[in-house]
Parts: sequence; structure tokens; C-alpha cells
Amino acid sequence: MRRLTLWFVSTLSALVLLFSYHTSTGGSVETQTAALAPASPGSTSSTSPSSGSSSGSSSGSSSGSFTGSSVDTRWGPVQVEITVENSRITDVQAVVYPSGNGRDEEINAYALPQLHDEVIQAQSAEVDTISGATVTSDGYLTSLQSAIDAAHLGG
Amino acid sequence: MTAATDTAPALTGTTLAGSAAVGLPRRSWVEHIMGLPISVHVRGDAATSAGVDRAVCTLYESLRETDERFSPYRPDSEVSAIRRGEPTSSAELLEIRALCAEARRRTDGAFDAELPGGFDPSGLVKGWAVERATGPLREAAAGSDWLVNAGGDILLHAEPGRSWEVGVEDPGNLNRTLRTFALSHGAIATSGDARRGAHITDPSTGRPAFSGVLSATAIAPTLLWADVYATAAYVRGLASLPWLVRERGVRVLFVRADGSRVSTLSRPKARS
Repeated sequence: MRRLTLWFVSTLSALVLLFSYHTSTGGSVETQTAALAPASPGSTSSTSPSSGSSSGSSSGSSSGSFTGSSVDTRWGPVQVEITVENSRITDVQAVVYPSGNGRDEEINAYALPQLHDEVIQAQSAEVDTISGATVTSDGYLTSLQSAIDAAHLGG
Repeated sequence: MTAATDTAPALTGTTLAGSAAVGLPRRSWVEHIMGLPISVHVRGDAATSAGVDRAVCTLYESLRETDERFSPYRPDSEVSAIRRGEPTSSAELLEIRALCAEARRRTDGAFDAELPGGFDPSGLVKGWAVERATGPLREAAAGSDWLVNAGGDILLHAEPGRSWEVGVEDPGNLNRTLRTFALSHGAIATSGDARRGAHITDPSTGRPAFSGVLSATAIAPTLLWADVYATAAYVRGLASLPWLVRERGVRVLFVRADGSRVSTLSRPKARS
């Protein structure tokens, strides 16, 4: 647990450094192709945006989710995902895929996410649709989804 | 048999590079069925085709029929008949009952249609119905992107190189999105009490669920299972993580009462 936590913190530091560096070059960061360094201590590896969560934005702002490569730890392989909004890391997620017993899974799943308690300020302007707690017809008119629908009604 | 108008190449090269979907024609439809707004969006050449328009009408008709047959709130529905103890043997209802049993098994009992108040498969029927109703649209919109949003639970498809940006509602502020997922296929569903008050029942107690999370969002290959996993994850909260992480291709995002978030990543394809 302790070793993993330290590893994770050092990874996060590496990410922050990386993005700070890019930001200093002019404020607009091409995070779609940014190389992260979520590797075990002593080595680095580049990553590619995950197939399921890379997020494009036509406005040119640097936003998106990026998944690091899987790293083997004694708890099992670990991946880190970061979310970037306007050149700022707004979210860090990690998860373990243990092959052992269910108790390991529970411990790991609980322990890792404790590390990202940052308040998120992600007001997304470019969204195609909204997933939320069931919207009733009564609540629809005031929902974000109704605004998105209205924008495209009538073709 | 697919619509003959949609045989053009799905990709047209440079115009789709980068933010691939910008500039494509897009159209939406909305109808209210089962007390829910059902939005359909089509993006691409098929958006304005008559075939897609017909397929969307068929989709809405199919959902209305499902509501009439399986709503527990309609006294003349097949589900109401079961609740009264009357025999029923329609193939669809048998399928729904079998799926409910499988959902109960897969979620360790966190999803259970056999509630103290009687059989209520509503939590599963919506996803099941949308999957079935979307068949004609899937064909008519071949080569284009489409999504069906049923009260916040979404089934979608995007052509290679494109995706839909799906915002997940912030349960603490319904006018905000918490984060977005760019999805190109499959489904995403969110369960929580933010909009309707306490309405999700914990099957083990028969009382409103309270597990310490404000909402649970599940991404899965089908809407039926995304919906089931979101509901079950909301009912059990973080205690559902041990069985959730075992499900292939399923990803879950929890929002805890303090606003912090916990998510799982989908299991890498290379590992099996």
C-alpha cells in the first residue's frame, strides 16, 4: 500500500511537471498527443490516448482524458488516467486489475482513488448528449439535454 | 436489407481529421414515452434521409408498445397480470424474466426485479426495449453516427474516427456536467436520486437505497447492461466494486457524497 502510494505520487508529480513545462511555452498545450510518464520508477514510457476516453475539442483548448500504460505492481497491473481541462489536470483516476482474490480487489479499488480529492470545475461546453439520473418528462424542459436537442431539431 | 441511400464511403478523408464530427449534418427528434424524454440524434449523410425518419418513427412506436405491454403502472399490461398472479406466457415476458434473473446473479443481488411490492422489471425493460427498438435505425443510419438518449441513458454508435461526447451530469448541480466520455459504440447509463428523489429501492431491504454515493454511471457494450450495472452500483455504492471490476468491458464512475469521484477503467483488451 505504502509503496504503491509513493509510486503514484511520484507519477502525478511527473505529470504535473510535464504539463507545467508545456504551459510555459505559451499556454496552449497540445495534450492530444502529450506523452505522459506513468511508468514504474526508473523508466518512462509514452502513452497513447485511451480508445474509450480521449476527448477532442474543436476550440483548440487542451482538454481530454489520457490513460497511461499499464504498470505491474505487486497488487496487480495498475493504470492511471488523467483528465485535463484547459491545460490543467482536473482529475486523476487509478485502478488495479488484480488476478487474485476478491479481497484484493476491494482493498485496491478503495485505496487508490483516495488520492484524487480535487474539486472539479469542468463546465463542458462541447457535449453531444447528457447521461444523468433519470430525467422525467417534467424535468426535461430545464435539462441540458433539452437544450442540446433543441439545437438540432428540424435538421 | 439496409437503406440503399447509405452506401457512400463512411469517411471522406481530410474533412474528418481532427475534430471529426464538426460540419456534418445533424438532426434530432424528441418524443415523450414512459414518462421519459427519448431523444434521437443522427449525424452524417443519413441525418436528412427519409429512411432514417421512418426508422425513428418505428423506434418510437416500438417503445410505446413496450410501455403498454410491460409497464407495472398500466393495469392491462402483462407485468400487471403477473403481479396479480395471472398466468402469462409471452415469449418477450419470458425473455425479460430470464434477463432479470441473470441481472440478479451478475450483480450479487443488487439488481432484483422481485421487489417486496411485486415483480417490477422496469429497471431492465427500458434498456431492453431501446436496444430492440433501435434495430431499424441501426440499418437506416448505416455509415452515419446515431444516438438514442432515453431519460439520461444512452445507446450510441459513431463511425470510425468519430465519437459522441457524452457529458455526465453533476449530481450536485444538475446544470453542470462533471466530465465527458468520448464514446464510439455501446451504452452509458447513470443512476441516482438527483432528479426524482429517493426512488431506487434496495432489493435487500425494500427501502430506498442509500450507499453513500450520489450517482453511479456505467459504460457497457449494451444499454440493458449499462442500465443494470448503474442501478446496482448506485444501490451498493463502492461495495459493488469487487464484482464490477470483474465484468468485461464495463466501466463505472461513482460520485460520492462529498463530491469526490471514483472510477474504474475498462479492462484492457489484451488481458483476458
